[in-house]
Amino acid sequence: MFDFDNFREIGSTMKKNKLRTFLTGFSVAWGIFMLIFLLAAGNGLRNGIAYNFKNWSVNMVETWPRYTTLPYNGLPTNRRIRFTQKDVDAIKLEMPEVELISPVNARNDTLTFKHEYLTGDIRAVYPDFASIQYLPILSGKGRFINQLDLKDRRKVVVLSPRMAEILFRDSLDPIGQHIKIGSLMFQVIGIYQDDNKNDTPPAYIPFSTGQMLFENGYHVGSISFTVNDIDTETATESFEKRFRGRMARRHRFNPEDMTAIGMYNMGQEFRMWQSMNNGIALFIWVIGIGTLMAGIVGVSNIMLITVRERTREFGIRKAIGAKPSSILKLIIIESVLVTAAFGYVGMVSGIGLTELINFFMEMANAGSNSGGNPGENTTVFRNPTVNLSISIAATGVLIIAGVLAGYFPAQKAVKISAIEAMREE
Amino acid sequence: MIIKLKDINKTYYSGAPLHVLKGIDLDIEKGEMVSIMGASGSGKSTLLNILGILDTYDTGTYQLGNQLIWELSESRAAELRNRMIGFIFQSFNLISFKNAMENVALPLYYQGVSRKKRNIMALEYLDRVGLKEWAEHLPSELSGGQKQRVAIARALIAQPQLVLADEPTGALDSVTTVEVMQLLREVNREGMTMIIVTHESSVADVTDRIIRLKDGIIERIEKVTHYV
Repeated sequence: MFDFDNFREIGSTMKKNKLRTFLTGFSVAWGIFMLIFLLAAGNGLRNGIAYNFKNWSVNMVETWPRYTTLPYNGLPTNRRIRFTQKDVDAIKLEMPEVELISPVNARNDTLTFKHEYLTGDIRAVYPDFASIQYLPILSGKGRFINQLDLKDRRKVVVLSPRMAEILFRDSLDPIGQHIKIGSLMFQVIGIYQDDNKNDTPPAYIPFSTGQMLFENGYHVGSISFTVNDIDTETATESFEKRFRGRMARRHRFNPEDMTAIGMYNMGQEFRMWQSMNNGIALFIWVIGIGTLMAGIVGVSNIMLITVRERTREFGIRKAIGAKPSSILKLIIIESVLVTAAFGYVGMVSGIGLTELINFFMEMANAGSNSGGNPGENTTVFRNPTVNLSISIAATGVLIIAGVLAGYFPAQKAVKISAIEAMREE
Repeated sequence: MIIKLKDINKTYYSGAPLHVLKGIDLDIEKGEMVSIMGASGSGKSTLLNILGILDTYDTGTYQLGNQLIWELSESRAAELRNRMIGFIFQSFNLISFKNAMENVALPLYYQGVSRKKRNIMALEYLDRVGLKEWAEHLPSELSGGQKQRVAIARALIAQPQLVLADEPTGALDSVTTVEVMQLLREVNREGMTMIIVTHESSVADVTDRIIRLKDGIIERIEKVTHYV
């Protein structure tokens, strides 16, 4: 059916109209090229966000006490709310969604090892905090705080990579060494991986040790926890409402008083980014498909003109014995050939360009990784490439459109009788 | 008997109904050369189109060879045209972007003959009409008489049983008219049945019979006597 002769027949007509064939093909190639390029840009944004959230628990919630702004039960406004360790236990007990929980007390102090010193953030936490904040410790880099540290109020510390680098200057294995925090000696038990999450990555000590050291009494600076199954906007809202209600009862403030305690919900942040991303992605799809449609319309237009121009020729062919199907085939194959060949060109150049951009971006990133400041790698654009299957599918759609773009005018041309067609000038 | 027409009627319904053929009875023998004459509007082109299976008729019967031509599908009609009928047109109807050889070979393309074989055959037929040297030329590079000779070669290449010519000399000057008619007569002498629509009596006089149409019916049939 699709013998070589057929293609020679089509080739001769395409050669006759080189410019037209090229322009048709260009509109197709441009359509698919732009679609791939735009989708790649969209994916770049999405991948960038995903990368930024990579090392975060997206179900983390942080809460901290503040001041009341509404009177309640005869109590005045501007009253200071304070959390204690009892709140931690109560939250764990009363809120079934809460999985991991840790109180956090923070303080700034000087860390000293021999002649090296730095001023850093020190946080007293539970062992679970490593999971809540996603603080992995690579093998050979020691361990995080454990229950025994907590129970025995051990003076142990987990350092950030940057702190270890400053204090020990790479000359010495920090694990097991003793450093001075303020005026007390602490043993370094681990160095966590911080992945540039924080501009000033803190050092971690057991919460119980911190209670003695920070002279805070039983007060707790903030509470971090993870929640399960709170993954929609409404679920988040109802959880926060319930949470505020519980805390209001415990601390006697108006549950409507939004300023009494502060809450930060990572999931909400994540979802906000995600929905923004999805919006952008949708927008890009709409534009991309629009561009593709313009290409398809271009092909249809050209095919209409082609068929109109060749009506007489088709009439002659019919008179000397061409079956309607063979003429239909002639036009459709020409249309498919043009869309497929140029669609392929567009696809390859689109993928080529995006991969090239990705290559240079990765080169640039690789350069900044080694000597960069923390936080510098926070990117919103990463790996701007398109899934190959999507590219192929888009090209496939285009080819199908090419068939249709050829079919309808061809159908029209075939319906004209040979005598009438031959009368056309 | 290669063609048997019995009471052929044809009416066109574009706007007011136009009864073009009002009962045509006609038999044509194998190997005959017949001309159809008549004023414009007499129905001669319609008759030719029906004979060429390019158009349908309303009532009557038309037998081509042993085949009854009635309610054929488009592709069956195309196949019959391809195998049984060669067409020659007033305006030549060559495909402009194909050279003489490719134009001649086109009917064989639709028979599925391989490119090599059909080009060899096309050259043979071009040789027969004296245009072998022009095989690679496009129609725009040929004179009117040459174009018509290419068209004749194309009409003959599928070895049809019948050649239909619609005003084959209408666009030619008197000298080439004579040449083309001589060629057609030669082809006919080899046994090809030929029907020529014309309104030049010099053309009609070359044929065996002249069928005169008037207002959709056969007015009379004249036998031409040749004094050769």
